[in-house]
Amino acid sequence: MSDHKTMTLTLIVWRQKNANDPGKFETYTAKNITEHHSFLEMLDCVNEDLIYAGKDPIVFDHDCREGICGTCSQVINGAPHGGQDRTTVCQLHMRKFKDGDTIYIEPWRARAFPIIRDLIVDRSALDKIIQAGGYTSCHTGGVADGNAIIIPKPVADEAMDAAECVGCGACVAGCPNGAAMLFTGAKVSQLALLPQGKAEAAERVKNMTNTMIECGFGNCTNHYECMAACPKGINVKFIARMNREFLKAQFA
Amino acid sequence: MILDGKCPTGPIEQTWDKHRFDLKLVNPANKRKYNVIVVGTGLAGGAAAASLGELGYNVQAFCYQDSPRRAHSIAAQGGINAAKNYPNDGDSIYRLFYDTIKGGDFRAREADVWRLAQVSNNIIDQCVAQGVPFARDYAGYLDNRSFGGAQVSRTFFARGQTGQQLLLGAYSALSRQIKAGTVKMYDRREMLDLVVVDGVARGITVRNLVTGALESYAADAVCLATGGYVNVFYLSTNAMGCSVTANWKAHKKGAYFANPCYTQIHPTCIPQAGDYQSKLTLMSESLRNDGRVWVPKKKEDCGKHPNEIAEDDRDYYLERKYPSYGNLAPRDIASRAAKEQCDDGRGVGPGGRGVYLDFADSIKRLGEDTIRERYGNLFEMYEKITDENGYKRPMRMYPAPHYSMGGLWVDYNLMSNIPGLFVLGEANFSVHGANRLGASALMQGLADGYFVIPYTIGGYLATVKPGQVKADHAEFKQSVDDVKAEQDKYLSINGKKTVFEFMREVGGLMWENCGMARTKESLETNLKKIPALREEFWKNVKVTGSGAELNQQLENAGRTADFLEFSELLCRDALHRNESCGGHFRSEYQDAGEAQRDDVNFCYVGAWEYKGAGKEPELHKEPLKFDNVHLAVRSYK
Repeated sequence: MSDHKTMTLTLIVWRQKNANDPGKFETYTAKNITEHHSFLEMLDCVNEDLIYAGKDPIVFDHDCREGICGTCSQVINGAPHGGQDRTTVCQLHMRKFKDGDTIYIEPWRARAFPIIRDLIVDRSALDKIIQAGGYTSCHTGGVADGNAIIIPKPVADEAMDAAECVGCGACVAGCPNGAAMLFTGAKVSQLALLPQGKAEAAERVKNMTNTMIECGFGNCTNHYECMAACPKGINVKFIARMNREFLKAQFA
Repeated sequence: MILDGKCPTGPIEQTWDKHRFDLKLVNPANKRKYNVIVVGTGLAGGAAAASLGELGYNVQAFCYQDSPRRAHSIAAQGGINAAKNYPNDGDSIYRLFYDTIKGGDFRAREADVWRLAQVSNNIIDQCVAQGVPFARDYAGYLDNRSFGGAQVSRTFFARGQTGQQLLLGAYSALSRQIKAGTVKMYDRREMLDLVVVDGVARGITVRNLVTGALESYAADAVCLATGGYVNVFYLSTNAMGCSVTANWKAHKKGAYFANPCYTQIHPTCIPQAGDYQSKLTLMSESLRNDGRVWVPKKKEDCGKHPNEIAEDDRDYYLERKYPSYGNLAPRDIASRAAKEQCDDGRGVGPGGRGVYLDFADSIKRLGEDTIRERYGNLFEMYEKITDENGYKRPMRMYPAPHYSMGGLWVDYNLMSNIPGLFVLGEANFSVHGANRLGASALMQGLADGYFVIPYTIGGYLATVKPGQVKADHAEFKQSVDDVKAEQDKYLSINGKKTVFEFMREVGGLMWENCGMARTKESLETNLKKIPALREEFWKNVKVTGSGAELNQQLENAGRTADFLEFSELLCRDALHRNESCGGHFRSEYQDAGEAQRDDVNFCYVGAWEYKGAGKEPELHKEPLKFDNVHLAVRSYK
């Protein structure tokens, strides 16, 4: 904690004024950065310098800064969220970098995620996939007691594994095909595993899959880059489960 | 003026049921004729928008984030309370009601708290039906854990991500209604004004955060579910975008602001590491189930490695001071105790601002695997931020601003003093009194959204004709012009200091002089310094870019300007309340470190009315009556 060494870093950052601007890389220097700075706090410092100089600061999406809201979204040195295992950009700390490093910072790049400005992209396609069926159609009120249906612990635990997804879109950014199979597979699996979700399982997987394709996401060709990029460690087995559910739904 | 909360009377057990029957109804065929605006899509707003859409109302929902799934409810870790009594340990609706009134230090309305306790059980059922994967035991039944301020296990949880799972449940219900067309979702929109026509709330002005366009939306009722304001301290556990703006704008249009001085400082957060820091990270209170809190007995041991400090040289101060609740003492009490130890020179870590949270005993008793299963993600998060392994050495913790019990004043129907303006969840002041117990915020958000507003809003709408005011009304144009003028001002100043610098300064003043402990003197200092800082802001702030584009500095400038006004009201409220209660601790009013309430003079809700720029706000009082839980000194010893 008492380490007062500071780092100087070269940042090569994607700047793009709006969706129609072609965009380009710009180079900046980050100074006086300590190992305790988070990556976003390092960018805050760079932005303060840009404002003092009367320039437009780098815009990036962020909110909770504790790794759970799924808002932050940057590709750092080619890896979504910076490549540290199970870590969002906001939880990445500068102790993972060395003095003098050059860091490339880009937005999520995928056909289904148009760039809004600089590092901010439009991820509303993920909301559309959920709207297509990522729910149980229960009404508020009029449901059974929470303990009326018992759920074996391993089933509940596996559903929770799938439910950890924060919807950040790193899986899409990491996939060479820009596929949203891990995102969709996680929600399909969570609800297909639980008794409460089984009634609508067939309709759900068909509707969500169709919407995924309509939104311009690619197909899965088993690269597993999505799992490597996922800050919550969502397993590709949920893609397999989604495929199984999809196949089953054809005969339902 | 004496305010009336319009609480139903009679035996407390029957109040909500009777009130529900007494409320007027809107015919199913007429519901679609009514437009309802919901601002904020956290637990309260998301649940409200989904439930109102289901009922058939035309709902327009707004959030500043890129998706309704990202509201800060998502960050709640530990759990949600309900009076299910599944563990057979003596819980009941009455006990949850009792604990909440006592936990709030007798500064909440009995009827509101009763209703919350009553509907708590419906919430769990609802979430299970939505597919929320709550933790279960090996028989497949729902599992419970313990939280502060209760001697029963009534907290339901989903690993350390309960808020996330509940929010995704509400978001899924909301998504279903968006698909069905009953809810129109507007994301990346920030509410910048409330439009009031002839004394009635008729709509809002929002900024489209992508294009910068100012947009008007009209409705028959407006629901604010816009969260809390503890970012007024700059460093807090809130998300970066959390602000007082929506509530403050409503306040300036006439809504009373109640008990702003009731702010919660959460005892277990990761201590600050440096000046550049942008936020603080909370570690769930559930950790106190298995972690023991201590500091060295001797000041000279503070610099030592904690594992080298002998057992006899450790002061487990919570266990010592509060033997019956021990490490699960309520938040306000645990936070103050931590500050006391650190002020006494026995704090650990940088600047002596930290206490240890030690898992060694639990690991010895239960094994590291069990601890990992219960709190693994929290230990991971701790290590990412501090580079220390919580399994091997005690974690360092320090209190941080976390939640606001105060908020806009509402009556029993969750309607503010402006007809047609409803306020839900953390944004209102209603149920937590002066201190909120752990795992009760999620409960309140979902109670308001799923099970209160769907009834009470009908009672209001049944009395009004739909569609009386449209968005082309002169008041909407005036509101847009006012917002535009304010933005042009920020952009034209071109001073020397950034928005962050001002926010850091006002937050520093608030934490220093109006934080965990307040005095007449410290508050008066703030009441001098804040107006001066505000004046400087309007002369010397620097905001680059334009209003007609995505401009995060402009967004933050607006939020900061509002905090610079609101912070003064918070200090004024703290200064007027000459007592200590819950999260409001005035050093002059204490009994050996314990809060000293003054029920003779301050057993009321203090609701402030805005009287115009530069004018003193006016205080209105709503007396509090305790017919069921009798006023007593709150003891956890």
